[in-house]
Amino acid sequence: MSEAAVRLGRPGWSIRRALGVVVLLAALAAVPGFANNYYLEVLSEAWFYVLLCLGLNIVVGFAGLLDLGYAAFFAVGAYTAGIVTLRLGLSFWLSLPISVVAASIAGVIIGGPTLRLRSDYLAIVTLGFGEMVRISVRNLAVTGGASGLVGIERPTLFGYHLDSIGAYYYVFLLLAVLGVVASHRLENSRIGRAWKYVRSDEDAARAMGINHAMVKLAAYILGAIFAAIGGCFYAAKMTAISPETFTFNQSLLILLGVVLGGRGKIPGVILGALVIVIFPELFRDVGSMRMLVFAISLLLIMLFRPAGIWPEKWR
Amino acid sequence: MPLYEVLLQQLANGLILGSFYALVALGYSMVYGVIKLLNFAHGDLYMVGAFAGFGVLSLISGWVGGGWGGIVPAILFSMLAVGVLGVIIDRVAYRPLREAPKLSVLITALAVSMLLENVALAFTGGQYTAFTTSLGFAGINLGMVHVTWTQMVLVGTSVVLMVVLELFVSGTRHGKAMRAIAIDQDACRLMGIDVDRTIALTFLIGSALAAAAGVLAGVYYGSINFFMGFLIGLKAFTAAVIGGIGSIPGAMLGGILLGLLEAFGTQIPGVGSEWKDVFVFAFLILFLVFRPTGLLGQPEVERM
Repeated sequence: MSEAAVRLGRPGWSIRRALGVVVLLAALAAVPGFANNYYLEVLSEAWFYVLLCLGLNIVVGFAGLLDLGYAAFFAVGAYTAGIVTLRLGLSFWLSLPISVVAASIAGVIIGGPTLRLRSDYLAIVTLGFGEMVRISVRNLAVTGGASGLVGIERPTLFGYHLDSIGAYYYVFLLLAVLGVVASHRLENSRIGRAWKYVRSDEDAARAMGINHAMVKLAAYILGAIFAAIGGCFYAAKMTAISPETFTFNQSLLILLGVVLGGRGKIPGVILGALVIVIFPELFRDVGSMRMLVFAISLLLIMLFRPAGIWPEKWR
Repeated sequence: MPLYEVLLQQLANGLILGSFYALVALGYSMVYGVIKLLNFAHGDLYMVGAFAGFGVLSLISGWVGGGWGGIVPAILFSMLAVGVLGVIIDRVAYRPLREAPKLSVLITALAVSMLLENVALAFTGGQYTAFTTSLGFAGINLGMVHVTWTQMVLVGTSVVLMVVLELFVSGTRHGKAMRAIAIDQDACRLMGIDVDRTIALTFLIGSALAAAAGVLAGVYYGSINFFMGFLIGLKAFTAAVIGGIGSIPGAMLGGILLGLLEAFGTQIPGVGSEWKDVFVFAFLILFLVFRPTGLLGQPEVERM
């Protein structure tokens, strides 16, 4: 951190760093110019997981709360978009505010009862919650049961119909960038500091007048909103959603991205998200064994780098 | 069927299911009690146990038959093999991370779980494996309810294993060491207890119980597969929490209670079998809100 940045009281934004970010974004924006559909598909998925991992990172990384049912919030977003467009016949864009409200309510439902619990119980309650949401969307009529919702209409933005993989590449890239900016702003805000305080010593934080319950609840709600917005666009891109997308393995995959990269550190989480998407693609030749290779790699990384590949520095 | 017979039938189903849950919950609870680790791989050890038992049974059923003469050695071998596997997992994956942040160990446990599931997937190709035995359906009739001898032996075996475990933990030096480690590891080291060995013993016993449950479940349901450990692992943990985690009688009580809850839950109008897991998890969450220490758990004193 440069001296000027320290004086300004915010992380350093030297000219060189700003230039680096601009060049990187320009390069990423230029990708659809030359990449084929396969690469665009994989990269869109990667940006999508960057958003989801950043959202979960608020809960797991910043606030230090374990969440094993994060896919539930993703499901809330995707099904909101599906129900709003298919069942209610409204515009896709309306599903964004509605899903934010729905995700906040879900965040309170999961966060509320668990605030008093020991951290290990959180794991099982969030896992149970994730399964409850999945089984519910599987059994309810409004969510289309086991076959899910099919034929979700793709949205139009300023007269431009978002119907190609190139368009969704930009949508998810933009969402990922917004996610990074939002995470960064949150991390360095009052609530961000409160999260980290509660994470390192809840009792001391309470003694200093931090309302630990509100702070934790805020983490759940904000994390849920990231996933819900991602879920809306996921539904728009896929046009079909089914309960099997939102299994425990999905929650696990997102958590792996966060922990693998380095929970609490934004560049680490981005790296982790890229690893979980790109790694299985690289090992496509190994076929069904690739999850095995993945499990072994994960084990080795955890044994040799328990805080993640690119860990947060603890001050 | 009249209502009381339906209820009686569900009571039998619930007890059998509950005794499987209880056996798996015991291992969860023991490991959690001793090293405060949520061992996600525990449910998968149950699955590996079922396959190990199946392997032995298909090898020896040629000359001892597919009855209890084959099943008992299969259970014993499976308990031994999976017990050793549990110790190896602890040695390789968990022991190096004893001082690491809790979340890292938890992720390691998830990785071990993934590893076991995918190895089993690679071996079985994701197919259901038929677990055939030559046990008949003979038994006794209570009204319209038929309870087979097999079912009774299954419940009986579970109960015997649990009683032996309780006697071991409450009555022997090793058991005392386990309980001491649960309270304060560092103090145990100072008092000359071999902490690593005792933890290994905990894994040995917990994993062996899960393996026994796996083989018994294979015998009972007649088919096994590579993901059979996931849901039971989840529910066994639920059972351990309801009973009070770290408490052996609590794990048994929680297991039986959960089994009964699930069996009777399917009879409640509007719940049905497709909603039964939602019912179970909702019950768990409500339970944790109102009684976070479980039925028989000790309230945890948070030290500053």
